[in-house]
Amino acid sequence: MGFFADLFVNGLMIGSMYALIALGFVLIYKATSVVNFAQGELVMFGGYIAAAMLSLYHLPLAVALPVLLVSMVILGFAVERGVLRPLVGQNVISVVMVTIGLAQVFQGLAAMVWGAQTINISLPIRLEPYQIWEVYISPINVVAAVISGVFLVGFAWFFRKSRMGVAMRAVANDQQAAMAVGINVRFVFAASWAIAGLAAGIGGVVWGNMLGVDTHLALVGLKVFPAVILGGLDSVPGAVVGGLLIGAIESVAAGYVDPYVGGGTKDFLPYVLMIVALLIRPYGFFGREIIERV
Amino acid sequence: MINRECGVYQTTYEGDMAIYPVPLARYAAVGSIGVLVLLPLVLDSHQMALVNLMILAAVGAIGLNILVGYTGQVSLGHGAFMMVGSYTAAILTARYDVPFWLALPCGGAVAALVGVFFGIPSLRIKGLYLAIATLAAQFIIEWVINHSTWISAGAQATIYISTPTVFGWEINTEFRRFYMILPAAVIAYVGALNLVRSRVGRAFIAVRDRDVAAEIIGVNIFKYKLLAFAVSSFYAGVAGALWTYYLKIANYEHFTLGTSVQYLAMIIIGGLGSVLGSVFGAVFITLLPIVLVYVVEGSARLFGFEYAAIADFLANLRLIIFGTLIILFLAIEPEGLYRLWGNVRRYFRLWPFSY
Repeated sequence: MGFFADLFVNGLMIGSMYALIALGFVLIYKATSVVNFAQGELVMFGGYIAAAMLSLYHLPLAVALPVLLVSMVILGFAVERGVLRPLVGQNVISVVMVTIGLAQVFQGLAAMVWGAQTINISLPIRLEPYQIWEVYISPINVVAAVISGVFLVGFAWFFRKSRMGVAMRAVANDQQAAMAVGINVRFVFAASWAIAGLAAGIGGVVWGNMLGVDTHLALVGLKVFPAVILGGLDSVPGAVVGGLLIGAIESVAAGYVDPYVGGGTKDFLPYVLMIVALLIRPYGFFGREIIERV
Repeated sequence: MINRECGVYQTTYEGDMAIYPVPLARYAAVGSIGVLVLLPLVLDSHQMALVNLMILAAVGAIGLNILVGYTGQVSLGHGAFMMVGSYTAAILTARYDVPFWLALPCGGAVAALVGVFFGIPSLRIKGLYLAIATLAAQFIIEWVINHSTWISAGAQATIYISTPTVFGWEINTEFRRFYMILPAAVIAYVGALNLVRSRVGRAFIAVRDRDVAAEIIGVNIFKYKLLAFAVSSFYAGVAGALWTYYLKIANYEHFTLGTSVQYLAMIIIGGLGSVLGSVFGAVFITLLPIVLVYVVEGSARLFGFEYAAIADFLANLRLIIFGTLIILFLAIEPEGLYRLWGNVRRYFRLWPFSY
């Protein structure tokens, strides 16, 4: 029982970190209906910026964090303005491919600027795990879970109450109607990329602290797909539930199945779940159901 | 010469619907095959290897273009389907001594089966969701091949095969490999050209342009979507099998997600929905890193850098240029190199009286 609980709780913790990345992903999809294959690369970029400032230039966290967040917001704006705006209204293949192209550029750029070797991020968080009953929890995971929780509540408030959030929902619902009532659709697009960049920046710090920062950090972006599909591509709570679910399932499965198949269950099972989810319920648990008969 | 349509009056439907309705185009097609056959006479072994790589890439790219460009189903799993073909051919050759000419279509057939299986989600989902589903296919196939000992017996999931023999010919030089690959590629090219102008091809295009309308005029969407997946994966499988024979090794690392992305880049840069465009894209993407090496190496020598110092830089620069090209082509010329080629041709067709 202790083994299971340990796997499960730690899986949930990892899941909350998936959820953090998934939030940015869902935000972009919700507002601009772009599936961002470069979300992992944004996370990687955030990680690199944080690592460069903390480990290479030895800036204090109080300086590094605001700089990171501001630069990620700028990056988000720049990506929207430079790359995605010319493609508004193009077909799905183009938009998917352009984000893939963007991912390649980010990979090359990051490795070119900061080198290919792994950089560690050291945060002022204690390393020894907490022990509760038989379950070990490492503090960074707790921090990640808290941040994800804060973001979730923040996003929920943002979409429900704030002017900008309502505008975003309007744009997601119907671009033309939103334009007609005077919403600046372009600014909404840019803002959603900026917020996604922000979330990715924080995700980059947390993940970078756990895995070390190199170009492989971008791979966590691919893990987000199962999470968002399970939760529903356009649902903020869905992203969180999906992330937690994928984290828990892959952790438990890896613990029990890995010894029999020689490892790698973590990289396999989420995608099987995703295919099943796509076949049975493509809009996920909480996503908006699009009914279309062809 | 330039006004090549002059004096060509089609009197039969067959003549009008031929792949090359104009005599000059026919001569040009035969001529370019002739040039290809005679190519080994002028190129050295290194250049020949490059040509081989281009032809191999072209086969895979044509297959992907049938699915993405003609049928409009985005696939991020092309590399995985190539992997299936590659391993099938390797297992058949290494363990069962199946001859080359039989193992090649077998590789294609098994890949087609797997492709249809992963194409089934396309019946319910499309667009973005399908792209994500095929992304899953890429990871699942990679994992299964890696983790089932029957398939990937051997270190690092690598299967070595002995030097292939085709009809008594031992394929041991670049030139002979060229003659092994070329017929398969020509068949693939002509086959694709014929497919897309047939009933099936028109159904594909109908599904791409408007699936609802296609269904209303009586196109069985499910059948044709699955068929597109089958044909595309068959091409991928054949391309993968050819890779195996070319490298004498089957290894999953040649067919990762990066490969899938690269093939997508080929058809986007070459031109979606164009067979010739796929070939252009394949040539372009194959040549890109090599040209880049020459350019960067040359300028590095100019400034007195050693090659070793810039190797990392070069790898990263390749990624950046690769990504930038994808973005630029999508934003500026979505119809790719094929469109540019068409523009040039149109200009010279009425030259010098273009107005």
